[in-house]
Amino acid sequence: MAQLAFTQHLRDVIDTGQRPVPGDTVRAVLDAAFAHAPTARGYVLDDTGALRKHVAIFLNNKREDPKKVLDMPVTEACEIYVMQALSGG
Amino acid sequence: MSDRILLSTRKGLFDLRRKGKDNWSIAHEHFLGSPVTFALPVKKTLHVSITDGHFGPKMHKSADDGTSWEEAPTPALPEGDELSVSMVWAIEDDGAGRLWAGTLPGALFTSEDEGVSWQLVQSLWDDPSRPDWSGGGFDETGIHTICVDPRNRDHVIIAMSSAGVWRTEDGGASWEKRSSGLRAEYTPPELAHDPVQQDPHRVVQCASAPDMLWMQHHNGIFKSTDLGANWTELDQHEPSNFGFAVAVHPENPDRAWFVPGIKDEYRYPKDGKFVVTRTRDGGKSFDILSDGLPKAASYDLVYRHALDIDASGERLVMGSTTGGVWITENGGDSWYQLPERFPPIAAVTFA
Repeated sequence: MAQLAFTQHLRDVIDTGQRPVPGDTVRAVLDAAFAHAPTARGYVLDDTGALRKHVAIFLNNKREDPKKVLDMPVTEACEIYVMQALSGG
Repeated sequence: MSDRILLSTRKGLFDLRRKGKDNWSIAHEHFLGSPVTFALPVKKTLHVSITDGHFGPKMHKSADDGTSWEEAPTPALPEGDELSVSMVWAIEDDGAGRLWAGTLPGALFTSEDEGVSWQLVQSLWDDPSRPDWSGGGFDETGIHTICVDPRNRDHVIIAMSSAGVWRTEDGGASWEKRSSGLRAEYTPPELAHDPVQQDPHRVVQCASAPDMLWMQHHNGIFKSTDLGANWTELDQHEPSNFGFAVAVHPENPDRAWFVPGIKDEYRYPKDGKFVVTRTRDGGKSFDILSDGLPKAASYDLVYRHALDIDASGERLVMGSTTGGVWITENGGDSWYQLPERFPPIAAVTFA
């Protein structure tokens, strides 16, 4: 379980507001959220399941390594923010 | 007024000269076909940054105002560093024999010998916050703004996308973050005021009142009256507070110009109406300037280095991503467009 929120830029494909979502890792939490909003998955993850190059995930306000963040463990107190990275434009 | 403009474009450097009223022509083309990122005239010497897609960043220099050119050394990080210089984004002259160069990936350099050699500003590169810097528009952090204080050449303000504003008072030996009052909409809320999360798209300093700075930020317009120690966000105005470019009048710090676009994931002129906004009262109110700008739908975007003002404060030039160039002789009240269709424009500079 963790608190999950998305950037407003994804409002057309998923509920962006912060809410508790089940899962023991960042990836599991995202998977649980995408189960209710399958279109959003392809906006955050690429076809191989990796984080898209210009998407940033903050875990407890720290931007984590995009190659590692999906497998990081989370607890109920964790806040996951999925943001657009400014590197994308 | 300045009668010469250097246009840095995706397909070369164009040297424009004024021939008469509303009449400019291309006097010289240089590096045709190569992506020119920035051009800096220093008296009769021209410094040009080229970002070659295959062979990396390159510097070229002309000591005779563009008659002949030689390739010059490019600012470089130490061999073995995990990052490398991918673009020389901005070059500035301090008027006293020193050049500054801002690069991607967020490395700053100085040259004391007119670009014959470059030295990394180690203090900034070694700042402990660097792991938290991010890219803005590019994958890597980039230094696009270098403002040298005309009263003391060792006092320099830089701005990075995305790592906020920084200032040195000792020629770059040490740095202080100057992002107090800035606000980021694109981070988790707790990080909205984190100094290195700020994405200043461009900062300009008033030549005759250098304490006064204007900033076009990723999500708003800010100004500072104290060299960036404190920033104040301006109220939203029409058509938008998003954009890249900003220019300030060289003598009147309350006059500034912006080229707005729809924020921030779309970035095109609102309703396809390409306009310039201008304040003459320090940001309390803005005029929307459109006389001479396209009446038909236009989707031009003006990048951060593509709006310049000359020493008179009345003549401005801007160049767009779709290759349009517009000039005003009366502070933006009316504009005229050059007939040429240029390549996408990265930077415009009065010379």
